[in-house]
Amino acid sequence: MALVEAIGVRKSFGHTEVLKGIDLEVERGEVVCLLGPSGAGKSTFLRCVNHLETIDAGRIWVDGVPVGFRSANGKLHELREREAAHQRRDVGMVFQRFNLFPHRTALENIMEGPVQVLGRGRAEVRAEALALLERVGLAEKAGAHPAQLSGGQQQRVAIARALAMKPKLMLFDEPTSALDPELVGEVLDVMTSLARDGMTMIVVTHEIGFARSVADRVVFLVDGAVVETGTPADVLDNPQQPRTQQFLAKVL
Amino acid sequence: MASDTRTHDVRDELVVVPLSHPWRWISGAVIVLVIAGLGWAMSEARIQWEDVPGFFTHPVMLEGLLNTIVLAVAAQGGAIVLGVVVALMRLSANPVARWFAVGYIWLFRGLPVLLQILIWFNLALVFEDISIPMLFSVPTNVVMTAFVAALLGLGLNESAYMAEIVRAGLSSVDEGQTEAAKSIGMTPMTTLRRVVLPQAMRVIIPPTGNNFINMIKGTSMASVIAFTELIHAANNISSRNLEIMETLFAAAAWYLVMVSVASIGQHYLERAYGPR
Ligand SMILES: Nc1ncnc2c1ncn2[C@@H]1O[C@H](COP(=O)(O)OP(=O)(O)O)[C@@H](O)[C@H]1O
Ligand SMILES: [Mg+2]
Repeated sequence: MALVEAIGVRKSFGHTEVLKGIDLEVERGEVVCLLGPSGAGKSTFLRCVNHLETIDAGRIWVDGVPVGFRSANGKLHELREREAAHQRRDVGMVFQRFNLFPHRTALENIMEGPVQVLGRGRAEVRAEALALLERVGLAEKAGAHPAQLSGGQQQRVAIARALAMKPKLMLFDEPTSALDPELVGEVLDVMTSLARDGMTMIVVTHEIGFARSVADRVVFLVDGAVVETGTPADVLDNPQQPRTQQFLAKVL
Repeated sequence: MASDTRTHDVRDELVVVPLSHPWRWISGAVIVLVIAGLGWAMSEARIQWEDVPGFFTHPVMLEGLLNTIVLAVAAQGGAIVLGVVVALMRLSANPVARWFAVGYIWLFRGLPVLLQILIWFNLALVFEDISIPMLFSVPTNVVMTAFVAALLGLGLNESAYMAEIVRAGLSSVDEGQTEAAKSIGMTPMTTLRRVVLPQAMRVIIPPTGNNFINMIKGTSMASVIAFTELIHAANNISSRNLEIMETLFAAAAWYLVMVSVASIGQHYLERAYGPR
């Protein structure tokens, strides 16, 4: 079974249907890039996978577990917020606006999950957090508060914070869109190495270069529906659908 | 190059005349004069200044001081706890809870504190017993001492203000913070405790400090129901020796001491939770 299986996912805000039946499978170790124009529903879909939004119809499984539900006696029971929180431990998320905790240092941001959520000992968590900082190239910034870091550095800390939970799946929602152009590379480098290490990733991005070199598969989303999917070579260099062609003409 | 040197020369020749501030001197002198005049009037007034220190440390006054502090701290502490609860109800998804919070704030903020204190104190007139059927029952006039009535009157009124302050604080924290906390698997309680409240503190602490200073002074209203706080203590002393002004001045000095200490405390709290 694929790590992520989404079938017929629908989501409306008020009367506008934002997701109109999305089907998507992501295999273990696969990197999928979600492309599409603004307002297509990319963020909403990611948020549904992490149960930050509840879906109106369809189903999403992560590692065989139905997102937002507990199955018992052949029925699916909606989760309480506490139980939903437990489910989210396995899925890491990186936001466009970083969302680091401003009142804690880089190191404390990374330790927060393992210590407060998993209840692990501070000493071993600290050692792991320092190793994660090293991995994202910020070993010397352990004691810095987010306000003292550049956007690129903050985003790398945010990635480390998500990794500290040892997630099975990482979701990235336009992780470089809020960055100055010269800082985009350092974040993409971290994500590339993460992909090389076998992390399963769903990445919403406008960085076509990244999608081309790192993604195993590209999914193109317009108006809440998947219009084209395939390898980067197929979708990016030889798009079949007019909507894809139009979009790529603008972005490339 | 030539023009450069010329500008240089011209500047060197000019004498700089600093801006003079005649009004600063004049207004400063007026203020000093007024203060001196007031000081002189005070020294001429028929006040036994030498008696004030004695009243300041009079055992009855110290008892009033202790009661004032206990009442202010208990009322403010209770108000903070209640305020957080009411603020969370106000922001909750449950419409009944939301409406309850709105009504609570409307009622307890809307009535004068003095009136609320008097109502609590006289509760025995309308309810003989306070009871929950089958659980407990106590005579109202046993429970509703002056202290309890003052505590309820001051604390409930303050809790309505605290609810609004806490709500403003919680709302000031970016939605992205809650999302990030959720995304690492935090429960709502942990999110509140570890992420939202610490950041809301920056917004919550300054007005809470001001309110506590008001609370210290507000305890004086408990004197109308004969609770021995500072003013009632001062009256107790002066009813025996008729040195009304002297005892009131001693009480006034204690208020200033308490408010000064509270202000210093607020300063350090603000620094601890302030922006980094
Ligand atoms: N919480 C919300 N309430 C109402 N509308 C929303 C909400 N979140 C997103 N939308 C709407 O859903 C649509 C898709 O948004 P989004 O998923 O953010 O698109 P994308 O990430 O592809 O730009 C947009 O029209 C947006 O305005
Ligand atoms: Mg988006």
